[in-house]
Amino acid sequence: MSDRLEVKKTYKLFIGGAFPRSESGRTYEVFGADGAFIANPSLASRKDLRDAVVSARGAQSGWASATAYNRGQILYRIAEMLEGRAEQFANEISSLDGVTHEEALKEVHSAIDQWVWYAGWSDKLSSIAGSTNPVSGPFYNFTIPEPMGVIGAIAPESKGLLGLVNAIAPIVVSGNTTIVLASTRSPLPAITFAEVLATSDLPHGVINILTGEKSELAPWFASHMDINGLDISGVTEPSAIADIKIAGADNLKRIHSFEASVTPQRILAFMEAKTIWHPIGI
Amino acid sequence: MTTFDYAPALESRSIVTIDSSYGHFINGVFVEGKNHFASINPSNEEVLSQISLAGSDDINRAVSAARVAYEATWSKMPGKERGKYLYRIARIMQERAREFAVLETLDNGKPIRESRDVDVPLAAAHFFYHAGWADKLDYVGVGHSPRPHGVAGQIIPWNFPLLMLAWKVAPALAAGNTVVLKPAESTSLTALLFAQVCQQAELPAGVVNIVTGDGSSGALLVNHPGVDKIAFTGSTEVGKAIARAIAPTKKKATLELGGKAANIVFDDAPIDETVEGIVNGIFFNQGHVCCAGSRLLLQENIAEQTIEALKVRMAKIRVGNPLDKNTDLGAINSSEQLGKIQSLSATGDQEGAQRWSPECVLPEKGYWFPPTIFTGVTQAHRIAREEIFGPVLSVLTFRTPAEAIEKANNTPYGLSAGIWSEKGSRILWAAQQLRAGVIWANTFNKFEPASPFGGYKESGWGREGGRHGLAAYLTSDENGDN
Repeated sequence: MSDRLEVKKTYKLFIGGAFPRSESGRTYEVFGADGAFIANPSLASRKDLRDAVVSARGAQSGWASATAYNRGQILYRIAEMLEGRAEQFANEISSLDGVTHEEALKEVHSAIDQWVWYAGWSDKLSSIAGSTNPVSGPFYNFTIPEPMGVIGAIAPESKGLLGLVNAIAPIVVSGNTTIVLASTRSPLPAITFAEVLATSDLPHGVINILTGEKSELAPWFASHMDINGLDISGVTEPSAIADIKIAGADNLKRIHSFEASVTPQRILAFMEAKTIWHPIGI
Repeated sequence: MTTFDYAPALESRSIVTIDSSYGHFINGVFVEGKNHFASINPSNEEVLSQISLAGSDDINRAVSAARVAYEATWSKMPGKERGKYLYRIARIMQERAREFAVLETLDNGKPIRESRDVDVPLAAAHFFYHAGWADKLDYVGVGHSPRPHGVAGQIIPWNFPLLMLAWKVAPALAAGNTVVLKPAESTSLTALLFAQVCQQAELPAGVVNIVTGDGSSGALLVNHPGVDKIAFTGSTEVGKAIARAIAPTKKKATLELGGKAANIVFDDAPIDETVEGIVNGIFFNQGHVCCAGSRLLLQENIAEQTIEALKVRMAKIRVGNPLDKNTDLGAINSSEQLGKIQSLSATGDQEGAQRWSPECVLPEKGYWFPPTIFTGVTQAHRIAREEIFGPVLSVLTFRTPAEAIEKANNTPYGLSAGIWSEKGSRILWAAQQLRAGVIWANTFNKFEPASPFGGYKESGWGREGGRHGLAAYLTSDENGDN
């Protein structure tokens, strides 16, 4: 091409709506499928996770009290922003994963469609997952699903974009906030995706994205006492899963991993059912 | 002043026959057990019977029986036929309701008024409710083609022995699971009577197995590789131990654990109804209730008058023989539990809260604790943070609604909460803010088969009752691994 030198991107973390480097100053090298160096993303530390949890907790009640219509529109906006940058993601994915441009684009399109699918659930969940309960007495009794709070996610290693979206869309649509650890090997689409989030009217702190080493950070996700639940679909080693569940028992975290990608069960797994009674009388 | 006192109105115990000792109920028959221990009437320390302590042989046999019954019979039976067995069980429990009530009161120490009017009818209602679900599982909402887990190992507490059995067994069977149930060490008798009901209902052998014993028997059941699903009601401490024990396995679990419920009284609450609600909230079942309203939060400007009214009402609570139909507050279930209540209450004194109980004569034999309130309690006090599980109420105050919510949610638990106010919008606002699974507004301690029950945070995993509770006994390809 020309003799113009490309301006390369610095890949950083996404915490509280900002793009900080790891407080540890650490990075790691990411190579493309062809073995060529691509970038030095941040190697997030335990402290980065803790900062992200503070940010997620701070954002949670506001996000949960936004109307379902509002949350749905913001999730749909994420799809809009992603659509506009589909080519950029496809290029990034194909250079990282070595798949054809067409295959990479297909992954991006699936991710976009999942945002649209989950966006539509925001104002329907309570209708299908709630209930009015016929009790034997003069009481009005109903059950509503509520967001659980702050949910951590360990994204799968494969499909750096789609795997990340699989994890976080169902977590946040109900009003939870999240900290997600991106695929260690393919973290770049996750950080590029943070740029999409930053332009989608998503309140700061609702989604926080870390890049780093799964084996280092997963135990800190598991033992953090202000994380209410974990999606560990990205952890496959049985002994690592057991260790996460053991550490998570300290505050009885709700810990799940999923096979199916598009199902309301993924949303409901990180919601709590609240039942309210009131007498009926004059 | 002349007072008119109640004459004793004792319920006859002649309707109940208790064997001198019991074995386990495995594969449809009673089998010999070993290492017997005494089951005691906590109101007078009378030995009621000798109960077997299940060891690994007994647990192995029970789990095998449940597995065979699951594979060969129960999972293959059409839902509508399973449902008919549950209807039969519900009907037989209704027929034998008086027997169950008297036996429950003898073994547990709770007032006959409660076992007769709450525990037993609700237990029967649970079977009747879930019977109707057995052939409608596609509509539970767990995804397409729901299926049972297999063998459920169920461990229940001593506070509502028969009712907790019903909460566990009814949804498990409706969903197509088979069951190995372990009742609490101190209250096995109604579970063993329930085994007879299963026989009368001609429930296929092995579908329900009942093994008695203590925590060691429960641990054997939790760790048995043939168990697919654990359902536990009890302390948060044991709940966490179970979560750790099953971490390396594929076992699913529902956990109904401890609570320290806030019962919030706003200054516009109707005082007489509220005082009744406070009394019901903490003194129902001697306060042996995980969702008891054990932290009373009074708005500051009505605190004094509410406490005065509460004391007047507490002086009318009748403590004594649980078989007396006039009794409001029965015996503490065991000497061990009495010791815990005494010890935590002593901590309340030491930390500077003010203790008050009405004058009441406690029976000489048995395990008793008077209805008690502590005022001047702060959030730092142990009696405001730890579950006492007895008839002891901690009273705190607040000025603004926001402060009430802040204090109410300031606990690792999240099982239940109460709200007292005449203002609809305030009730709904508070209900929305409270981080608890069951919210009682202008009522307290209400339970129903159709109404999901269970907690947020460290009060447990999952729900029991209603569509949400049944879902915990089913899975589908859309469900995550938990």
